[in-house]
Amino acid sequence: MNNSRFHTALRRACRSMRRAAISLFAGLSLTVGLGHAAEPVKVGVLLPYTGTYAALGEAITNGMKLAVSQAGDKLGGREVEYVIVDSEANPSKAPANMQKLISGEHADFIVGPVHSGVGMGMAKVARDEGAITIIPNAGFNAATGPLCAPNIFRTSFTSWQTAYPMGAVAKERGYDRVVTMTWDYGFGRESVAAFKEAFSKAGGEIVKEIYVPFPNVEFQAQLTEIANLKPDAVFVFFAGGGAVKFVKDYAAAGLHGKIPLLGSGFLTDGTLQAQGDTAEGILTTLHYSTELQNPANLKFLKDYRAAFGKEADIYAVQGYDTGRLLVQAMEEVGGNTEDRQALIAALASQRIDSPRGEWAFSEAHNPVQNIYLREVRNGRNVVVGTPAKGLADPARGCRM
Amino acid sequence: MDPAFLLIQVLNGVQYGLLLFLIASGLTLIFGIMGVINLAHGALYMVGAYLAFWFTSRTGSFWLAILLALPLTVLLGLVIERWFMRALYKRNHLDQVLLTFGLILVLNECQSILFGNDVHGVPVPAPFSGSIPLTDVLSYPVYRLFVSFVCALIAVGMYFLIQHTRLGMVIRGGASNREMMAGMGINVHTVFGLVFAAGTALAAFAGMISAPLSSVYPGIGDSVLIISFVVVVIGGIGSIKGAFLGALMVGLTATFGTVFLPELSGAVVYALMAAVLLWRPRGLFA
Repeated sequence: MNNSRFHTALRRACRSMRRAAISLFAGLSLTVGLGHAAEPVKVGVLLPYTGTYAALGEAITNGMKLAVSQAGDKLGGREVEYVIVDSEANPSKAPANMQKLISGEHADFIVGPVHSGVGMGMAKVARDEGAITIIPNAGFNAATGPLCAPNIFRTSFTSWQTAYPMGAVAKERGYDRVVTMTWDYGFGRESVAAFKEAFSKAGGEIVKEIYVPFPNVEFQAQLTEIANLKPDAVFVFFAGGGAVKFVKDYAAAGLHGKIPLLGSGFLTDGTLQAQGDTAEGILTTLHYSTELQNPANLKFLKDYRAAFGKEADIYAVQGYDTGRLLVQAMEEVGGNTEDRQALIAALASQRIDSPRGEWAFSEAHNPVQNIYLREVRNGRNVVVGTPAKGLADPARGCRM
Repeated sequence: MDPAFLLIQVLNGVQYGLLLFLIASGLTLIFGIMGVINLAHGALYMVGAYLAFWFTSRTGSFWLAILLALPLTVLLGLVIERWFMRALYKRNHLDQVLLTFGLILVLNECQSILFGNDVHGVPVPAPFSGSIPLTDVLSYPVYRLFVSFVCALIAVGMYFLIQHTRLGMVIRGGASNREMMAGMGINVHTVFGLVFAAGTALAAFAGMISAPLSSVYPGIGDSVLIISFVVVVIGGIGSIKGAFLGALMVGLTATFGTVFLPELSGAVVYALMAAVLLWRPRGLFA
């Protein structure tokens, strides 16, 4: 008796649920039908969210979303849909992930990556498929060099830009004999080559180039060698955990304060807290410092802190500029992603009022930007000069 | 090349080797005695490093941090053994590899959720924060020497425990014939639980003690996993003596590889492994 009443109730409930589902479905299809013209813009994001570069992927994503949300969470009047894929900083997965975003998701824009190896795989697919790709970090020269393409943009830097100005600075400071040291991989080699190019041109001598297998962080043997060579200064490229370890080991080996340490800015960016006193006095060149006092930067730092409860860094700036680029270009074309030529032209012509100072794209679609000289003082990257104003990458090998 | 320079490089090599032994010892213990391929070894190293960082930043003392973190890692080892590994002893190696690989993913994700993805440093504890001057330019950090000393101490301790105590005898017995040991009234499950917990604690302890030397960052464990396997394979799977010798060989080879063959420095360690395996296919002491 009880049982049968229960069944009746159940059947009634099912029926009313089905009715609700049908009306819901009808409502949905109606809104979809009406909203067809304003389908959301799909932004495919291919960044690392796990592993060594996870913090970078997170900062870039935050920065980009901040810029888009400040523009009312719309691009050219259309809603935005982010399709987020973890690149795992794994180059071998880059082509497949890229295909997933292009053919599977039909993304209008693809933003990524952090890691240059992943960038290499992405750039090749982007060239073949013509997908509009915006690189918010990976600084390998080739992306805006031999691999450059009308649909590939970069809002960050080239390894050349971050190291070349240091060559002249080193010579000016009176360093004649320099040892270079870096991980043995593309970005490290490119940074050292750019430094060497400028340093040799200024009349300096590279005593030795030391390469450490990537991502090895046991530096003791090499530090012993540096102490043995007694150069005037040491130029290095390291980043993230490796940068922390290298700077601490350098100090522990007694070299800090005896042989000045120079580097491209990643050596002391996002790592200063962990490096502590051992980083004091390190000179680096980079296209940004959180200590820049321009209004755009002050506002950005404040907004970022308010939105995410943590301090912004160089990667957040690059993400933010990527977001600004999307907002400005989509506004110019009125949200129309169908006319690719117009969209690409709009992207290429934007000037970005960035926290790092205003910049625009070069012919090869890489920022023409200031490079700042920073010195670590009291745990901050204090800007002590601008050795290169409006520096453009030579874009060797780019035919577009 | 002047002899002082070479001598310092020998010191570098031995010191690196001793650290590698500490990192690899837990792996060879679990592998040799339990026959389990523990891919999560690096992740456990990471757990140790992060615990050392977290407790140090909370309590302000590195030693207190180790004291608090070690029991936690023993507990973690016991839990993993009891609830995960035990079901797989009778299954083949591939299932164990899958499980421990899964543990890597889970532990890395937990790290990301609990501690975030930033790079952290752990200050070198006070009595060892200085450096000893070796030449007019180069000094040697005291903490590195201290770590070498601890590693050597652990090596001797493990050797003594396994070769010369009753517990060691039971462990060795359990490794060679599980059923027979059970038949003699020894609870093999308890022994294996202990061994796994010890292996876990060793891996985590290596992470803790190297935290002030290196930094603490996501993926820190992945970097030690491969080199640990190289050490264990060279030494012969399951042999503590072999792991010790293998670690020293790898340390010295890596150091002198970077000095004399800088172009090939990434490959010399693997060349060493290949050479050893050609000569003794099961490793030095298997």
